[in-house]
Amino acid sequence: MTKQREPVADSLRASVAGAIPVLEAFLRHEVCKTGFCRAVLGLSGGIDSAVVAYLAVRALGADNVYPVIMPYKLSSPASLQHAEMVLADLGLRRIVVEITPQIDAYFAGQQDVTPLRKGNKMARERMSILFDYSAQHQGLVLGTSNKTELLLGYGTQFGDTASALNPIGDLYKTQIRELAAVLGVPTPICEKAPSADLWEDQTDEKELGFTYDEADAILHLLTDERLSPEDAAVQSGLPLELVSQIARRVRLNQYKRRMPVIAKLSSRTIGIDFRYPRDWGQ
Amino acid sequence: MSLNKVEGVFRLNAIRVAIGQISPILGDVPANVDKHLQVVQKAREAGAQVVVFPELGLTGYLLKDLTYEVARPLGHVDIARLVKASDDIDILFSCIEESPSHRFYVSAVYASRGQVAHVHRKVYLPTYGLFEERRHTGAGDEVRVFTAMDRPASGMMVCEDAWHPSIPYLLSVGGADILYVPAAGPGRALSGDPHSGSQQFWERLLRTYAQLFTCYIVFANRTGFEDGVFFFGHSFVVHPGGDILAASSSLDEELLIADLDLDMLRRERYRTPLLRDEDAHLTHRLLGDLLKPGVNR
Repeated sequence: MTKQREPVADSLRASVAGAIPVLEAFLRHEVCKTGFCRAVLGLSGGIDSAVVAYLAVRALGADNVYPVIMPYKLSSPASLQHAEMVLADLGLRRIVVEITPQIDAYFAGQQDVTPLRKGNKMARERMSILFDYSAQHQGLVLGTSNKTELLLGYGTQFGDTASALNPIGDLYKTQIRELAAVLGVPTPICEKAPSADLWEDQTDEKELGFTYDEADAILHLLTDERLSPEDAAVQSGLPLELVSQIARRVRLNQYKRRMPVIAKLSSRTIGIDFRYPRDWGQ
Repeated sequence: MSLNKVEGVFRLNAIRVAIGQISPILGDVPANVDKHLQVVQKAREAGAQVVVFPELGLTGYLLKDLTYEVARPLGHVDIARLVKASDDIDILFSCIEESPSHRFYVSAVYASRGQVAHVHRKVYLPTYGLFEERRHTGAGDEVRVFTAMDRPASGMMVCEDAWHPSIPYLLSVGGADILYVPAAGPGRALSGDPHSGSQQFWERLLRTYAQLFTCYIVFANRTGFEDGVFFFGHSFVVHPGGDILAASSSLDEELLIADLDLDMLRRERYRTPLLRDEDAHLTHRLLGDLLKPGVNR
């Protein structure tokens, strides 16, 4: 009798609780190094930003966390309601900034605006608001992109992927779900279908064409275990076509994970041979 | 910084060792010297005879091009301030040492009676994964046991040095009673255990060495975060029987104190005479054969 192999997604989930004290300490140390123990984050009503909010409150205390809710007129009412649940549960201040006026003003008179363009514009608008709050309240902007999104490039460059510190960028979506349960994120947030909520009825998995469980199993085998797509397909029991599609996405979106490329002219070029840690002097 | 208090009185044939588990400021040597001096004072007040600091405690770890800026000759005024404080307590610290010919090393310095008593330049510089030490620093080529005053014979190995069994082996053959391991060990929290996978490995490794080489091992690991990398702390002392004598339980800065009963070396080495029976000449002869040109490896 052959032993039943544990699904990859299950094994990813198993080890997450141990990361909580490290993530708390990460937020406390890296935020407070700046001299201001305050953090700003966009609260969407989804599971990723909820997890970051719970971690930030554990690390810094509710008074030092500035969650900004930034709805557009077409945002799902449930998103706002779920964001409010997080505020209530954590005792956080309520900051709501509507982005409808500026988004609609920008696109007024433009024809054939694709949902993707509009979604990207909204993501960048929100990022720009968060960095303004960062300056106003002297708090660091916390990123809420998970490892699955970052690897797949499923996010807007200089939009939702921009931040000063990201506590969840090394955790897959399936691990975020586990973390959310341990942290006590309200059940409706944990159980709803993940969505960027950039247009009505959007769900991530519908748009991507595969589930997060599938993506995470494949990404883990390709990235962390360094398997070839062929071996990853065998190991995960998923079609090679899907594995190859995901591998291609990771490669095509590498540009989103890097700072802009600079033309090298001198002997010390930023990012190439001018290499300093970000925490220089801290 | 909390003080881990030791109950009871001093034993006659014992040495009290303090570990300053700290989180250095990245790239600020004078500030880190101040931090060291504060811990030295606390260790002094706790009656310690030796205080041990982590790898690159004077500079921080993820230096990259900062290596050039934080490097100091051992005669530099910053280093001298710390060495001078070793007048009445031995201080083991670590920095980027710049040689007179401007080579840069990851060094561990043992200062005693206000003088530098011994320097160990890290031999094995990890340059893989998140590590890029070889890009910026040169490798040491000496592994020596030293004795400061009437202290037990001691050896130092810096972090990755300990992952190469040849280093503790050489120090053991050299007669070391205490092995000091200043480290900057990063943690990987997703190991399925509340403690990171690398923390567990360090514990297994050093407990095994302590038992095999029948010696004390003092592991001083740093804590804190640099550019998202987490250093797991968990400094500890292992006795020659392979058990943990004292351990830090926290991710935070801490002063850990342990009394090393030197009579235990005698008892353990009589009970399990591995050192007596170790045939270093055999190792030497066979290694010589293995390393001859043309021998397949």
